[in-house]
Amino acid sequence: MPKIKIPKGSPSIDMTPMVDLAFLLVTFFMLSASFRSSEPVDVDIPTSISDKIIPENVLLITIDPGGRVFFNMSDPEARRELLTNMAGKYQIGFNEEQIKRFSFMSSFGCTMKELPGYIDMEPNARKQFNTPGIPYADSTANAGDNQLKDWINYGNRAALNSGKTAFVEAKNQGKNPDANDYKPKFILRVDSKTLYVHAAKVIDVFRDLKLNNLNFVTSMELAPI
Amino acid sequence: MSEIAEGGGNDQHKGKKRAKKSSTRVDMTPMVDLAFLLLTFFVLTATFSKPKVMSLVYPAKLDPNAPPVEQPKINNAITFLLSEDKIYYYTGQFYPENSPGPKGPTKLEETDFGTKGVRKLLATKNEYVLSEKKIYGEKLDKEQIADSTYLRHISEAKKNKKALKVLIKTDDKATCKNFIDLVDELKIAEIGVIAPVELMPSEFSLIKSKIK
Repeated sequence: MPKIKIPKGSPSIDMTPMVDLAFLLVTFFMLSASFRSSEPVDVDIPTSISDKIIPENVLLITIDPGGRVFFNMSDPEARRELLTNMAGKYQIGFNEEQIKRFSFMSSFGCTMKELPGYIDMEPNARKQFNTPGIPYADSTANAGDNQLKDWINYGNRAALNSGKTAFVEAKNQGKNPDANDYKPKFILRVDSKTLYVHAAKVIDVFRDLKLNNLNFVTSMELAPI
Repeated sequence: MSEIAEGGGNDQHKGKKRAKKSSTRVDMTPMVDLAFLLLTFFVLTATFSKPKVMSLVYPAKLDPNAPPVEQPKINNAITFLLSEDKIYYYTGQFYPENSPGPKGPTKLEETDFGTKGVRKLLATKNEYVLSEKKIYGEKLDKEQIADSTYLRHISEAKKNKKALKVLIKTDDKATCKNFIDLVDELKIAEIGVIAPVELMPSEFSLIKSKIK
């Protein structure tokens, strides 16, 4: 019987293809990763079968489990206009730096009085900021301090204006835009554990402003077949 | 792991002196380790599903100064009453204790959020729209009708008299999860008219007596 020759040499495997693949995947995930902007509250959103993605031009109201209300708007230009209008109404001065910071801020939930101080904070400190949320009142109570109504009302107008500009711009570029896509949409981000009565009060504020078409943020679940 | 160090023993068994042939290979192990570490990190932190939105049209608020309008009689309607993780319903008009209808005062039925509960209930109650959807869906699959025709037929069916209309009322303990779960079920059952409305005090006391 011939001797079985054991091949000499190192038992190494060529790992190059594996490394190539590993780096390819790393690159893919790094580039596709989008880091969430830090929100002042963490919200556990409910699930639904809806597959409609979040539109572009939005006003977003977050309601946390305790019923605190936070406001956010997508368009930086409209936010600038909104803050100027709100400052005028509530007689609170903002400097140019604060307006600039405001236009790139994430959700906020504080009263108009607290707002300048809140804007000056570092993003990490904002999370610890103790706030009762944006004050609001439904139409049944004597509507004294309904700041949420003003935020929504001025925000809607500012977003309408910026949407209009974007629409005209798209039209001038020879596209065929749908005017509806540029209108601001109203989105409610509610926690699963938020009592519906809290949400209903905020919805009442919208309805008082004759804004009846609302959207709820949900994460997708599979539809039954 | 990738490379077993050779050399060392090489230059012993040949008498001739040779320039030492060193391997041109680099040990890639640390790099690979790092690559996989990063890969694991990004895979685990990646969020694939962007949040979606579910739209819901609320009924317009009535002008308090306007003269009161006679409420139209709703036929083929079902009213859901939500409490904490509980769901009750009654069909048709509401008759409180003190003014009972032809069949006496309204009694609440209980159901649950499962597939055998509210989904089955809605599927039987809204059979008209669902069967229409099935008929036209089959036609669409066979390419007998266009997409737009299909959508038109569905929205017509939803507006039909035979289609179920749903009212949602919530008490002070119902969570948003309960509400959205129910609306989700209504969307699954292809309900066209969904109206979240305010709870009446008589209905509230009815829920309370039911929970106890």
